[in-house]
Amino acid sequence: MDWILRPLRRSRWLSPLLLLGLWELGSRTGLIPEHTLAAPSAVLSTLLDMVRSGELPANLAVSFVRVGLGLAIGVSLGVALAFVAGLSRQGEVLVDPVMQIKRTIPVVALAPLFIVWFGIGETPKIALIAFATVFPVYLNLYQGIRGVDVRLIDAARSFGLGRGALIANVILPGALPSLLTGLRYSLTISIVMLVIAEQINATAGLGYLVNNARDYMRTDIIVVCLMVYALLGLAADLLVRRIEHHALAWRPSLVEA
Amino acid sequence: MAVRPLSPRDERPPVVRLRAFTRRFGDNTILDALDLDIAQGEFVALLGRSGSGKTTLLRTLAGLDAVAGQEVRVPSSRAVVFQDARLLPWKRVWKNVVLGLKGGDLRAKAEAALGEVGLSHRVNAWPLTLSGGEAQRAALARALVREPALLLLDEPFAALDALTRLKMHELVLSLWHAHHPAVLLVTHDIDEAIALADRILVLDRGRIIAEERIAAPRGQRSATVRTLRAALLGHLGVEAPAGSYADVVAFPSTPRAVVAE
Repeated sequence: MDWILRPLRRSRWLSPLLLLGLWELGSRTGLIPEHTLAAPSAVLSTLLDMVRSGELPANLAVSFVRVGLGLAIGVSLGVALAFVAGLSRQGEVLVDPVMQIKRTIPVVALAPLFIVWFGIGETPKIALIAFATVFPVYLNLYQGIRGVDVRLIDAARSFGLGRGALIANVILPGALPSLLTGLRYSLTISIVMLVIAEQINATAGLGYLVNNARDYMRTDIIVVCLMVYALLGLAADLLVRRIEHHALAWRPSLVEA
Repeated sequence: MAVRPLSPRDERPPVVRLRAFTRRFGDNTILDALDLDIAQGEFVALLGRSGSGKTTLLRTLAGLDAVAGQEVRVPSSRAVVFQDARLLPWKRVWKNVVLGLKGGDLRAKAEAALGEVGLSHRVNAWPLTLSGGEAQRAALARALVREPALLLLDEPFAALDALTRLKMHELVLSLWHAHHPAVLLVTHDIDEAIALADRILVLDRGRIIAEERIAAPRGQRSATVRTLRAALLGHLGVEAPAGSYADVVAFPSTPRAVVAE
């Protein structure tokens, strides 16, 4: 028994598995009523049912489109603004103060205003996600551009590189790690904003599933959706890691690995 | 190959020509009515204390600072090797070497240049994996691949260990023999200047205060060192007896090197 117990005692899986076991036990013995929290086994079978019926994939796709569009708009806007502010003094004077003011407004608090402007359809949801994801990309890329080693810029200029070549060969690659950091933040925030945006009268999507489940006290469905949210966050992080692995292959930590 | 040092009075026009060049930052005059000629293929060393204006002069010759209508002639084909190699860490070594170059088969060009500096095995390496000496050689290859008429060396050996420095000195001399650019070597190291240069300039408070020509061929300069070293140290504000470095520091109990200021 020792050969199986020793690795188990040291495993980081031990406490989550133990918790899951206790949860299941609590549900089976009736200690945890089903309308409070469904048993893990019930959640699992609900998950399988929802996948099989197509309910989960269909709603997931709706949410996915919202996040995708919001991110695409927010990230491109953030990148564009960071270029303007990072690459010229005039641009910095124009863009940065506005962005810093924008930063002080909690985006969630803008939801009512967006509903007034855009109604309760898809637009305010996508707009909220887009608005929230602009800033992390903007701030990180802007500072990344400003932080590019001046000595490298001097060296490149001494070899006759013009402004365009300088941006392409030195400034952008130098700012790329910062951009990816910003992108990682934006991805995380986009999922938080998705949860919030889908509280706005959604008729499809993960948030719609959650709201419906709440009305019928279906805790199993709520837990399934929580799991999907977690997986989305995990997938987003994994995506950026993959990009980093390829784009930042020159960094020593990755070179030696 | 025997290369005779050329004097600025040579018939051919100098590759570098500065006349009464002045540069100020606010109230500080960094370079003060400086005259400088460097002949084609000449190897010039520039000595000076920190703050003497060496870096500003080098930036001017490298075309990094605007010259605002003053008389500055530098060749369009010039290249700089900095103290820190300044390779772009996100480009492989060979791409660093041909940075900014256009035309066909850059890879072959880069390989040839890297072969010349003994880095054929590091063509595809990431710069951050190079040792200090390797990085500096890659920087040399990057400079030479442009076949510059003027090669600017900004204390390129200062950060290297003594043995690597020795090898780099030999490498620089052999590359200079092969390609024969005019060289301006900025350095703190008097012995390095004496070993490598045809002519040594001492810069102080933005003016060239001394100029020494070395007639003895490279490799046979022991006799030159004995007197020239003390003279150059004197220009730099350090009183020292004649002799080599070993002679000067041999008796620390009787301090003979005294800072004049």
